[in-house]
Amino acid sequence: MIPRVAVIDYGMGNLHSVASALQHAGAAEVVVSHEPQVILEADRVVFPGVGGIRDCMEAIGRLGCDQLLDQVLNVDRKPVLAICVGMQALMSHSEENGGVACLDLLPGEVAFFGDAQQSDRGERLKVPHMGWNVVRPVMGHHLWRGIEPGTRFYFVHSYHVVPDDQAVIAGTFDYGLTGCAAIAQENLFATQFHPEKSHTAGLTLLKNFLDWDGTCL
Amino acid sequence: MALAKRVIPCLDVDLGRVVKGVNFVGIRDAGDPVEIARRYNEEGADEITFLDITASHEERDTTVHTVEQIAGEVFIPLTVGGGIRSLQDIRTMLNAGADKVSINTAAIHEPELVRDAAARFGSQCIVVAIDVKQVSVPGDAPRYELFTHGGRKPTGIEAVGWAIKMAALGAGELLLTSMDRDGTRDGFDLVITRAITNAVNIPVIASGGVGTLQHLVDGVTEGGADAVLAASIFHFGEYTLGEAKAFMADQGITVRR
Repeated sequence: MIPRVAVIDYGMGNLHSVASALQHAGAAEVVVSHEPQVILEADRVVFPGVGGIRDCMEAIGRLGCDQLLDQVLNVDRKPVLAICVGMQALMSHSEENGGVACLDLLPGEVAFFGDAQQSDRGERLKVPHMGWNVVRPVMGHHLWRGIEPGTRFYFVHSYHVVPDDQAVIAGTFDYGLTGCAAIAQENLFATQFHPEKSHTAGLTLLKNFLDWDGTCL
Repeated sequence: MALAKRVIPCLDVDLGRVVKGVNFVGIRDAGDPVEIARRYNEEGADEITFLDITASHEERDTTVHTVEQIAGEVFIPLTVGGGIRSLQDIRTMLNAGADKVSINTAAIHEPELVRDAAARFGSQCIVVAIDVKQVSVPGDAPRYELFTHGGRKPTGIEAVGWAIKMAALGAGELLLTSMDRDGTRDGFDLVITRAITNAVNIPVIASGGVGTLQHLVDGVTEGGADAVLAASIFHFGEYTLGEAKAFMADQGITVRR
């Protein structure tokens, strides 16, 4: 069965790219919405996000997307893909915008890179971490299928997630520190990078999401 | 492992067609932007920059439509610039599928726009374009100032200080173009590129003057740029993006292959 995907739209930025990339990857139907009935009818759900975390959390709360996500993830147990700020919003708390409480669906912090990041060769590393970096899968997972070692994905962020439970980290990147590039926990997969902007590697990951059964086995 | 240095083909678009001139005159038609964007995407471009060089309000709908078409089939980051003057203009382009917008003249007239835009949409999508010319005479300490209107109109604003100010206001990236070099194929102005990459802690895209693949290398190794932008060497089939990246990799630069 070709899946129907709902992209949760809480009014923060452009979701056109995510929707087109999912369609390109083979989704039968992509709906962009914050209406609970529309999202609850979909086979799987994408939770994107761009912009500042304070505005994102405000919009998520105002539109009731917090309860909706909890329902989708923990009650209906649909496969969910969270992207970038969407991933960050799932954590407990973010340092951005002076400190913001997040959804706490994944225990952990969202931390600033700091202004003094250096590579192992002593080069100054700029913030935001913007561009194509190597993602190292550290767990076998359906969403990594067909992704060769050394593959680069597109990142753009100044804050990175630090989950309390290291065992949920599915992939890492190096940028002065070893950061969490992806999280996998049961029916949730989350990426700090943007698969919808990562060319063929990103489309491969999205295609994998579309035929994923929502387990971490 | 470091971030790959990015190679960005630039589409200068006038009335829905890709054009490229020498010092913004002698414009030559290079084709359909959607078709060209698709080709660059397939060849391995790391991003695409779309500059609307007419940018009169009447043509804005054409631009929005072209951006929508490109964003619908090119799954790499897309920056759109030209005539961005307000938060509403930024929203329109982001909604059309741009990942970043490039603000140029409006940042000069209204620097707070950069701050407000970064606060509203996030620094990651706010690029400030800085068009500069050298104003010092040979022998004196180099001084570069900002110019508007395709390099015709001086502003008296010193370039390095401006770059620092834009970064402080929340720009996520700078697109630095030497108007002395743009379209000449003589290579980037490495002096101002190095001065600005040293002065700010946000990524800098070097632009203006690429005529050979060695120029791309020089922009990174000597200019310190995080990304290099070129137009004509790619448009007319002299080099593919793949050839450019292979050449850079041979010179020891980390690129996405």
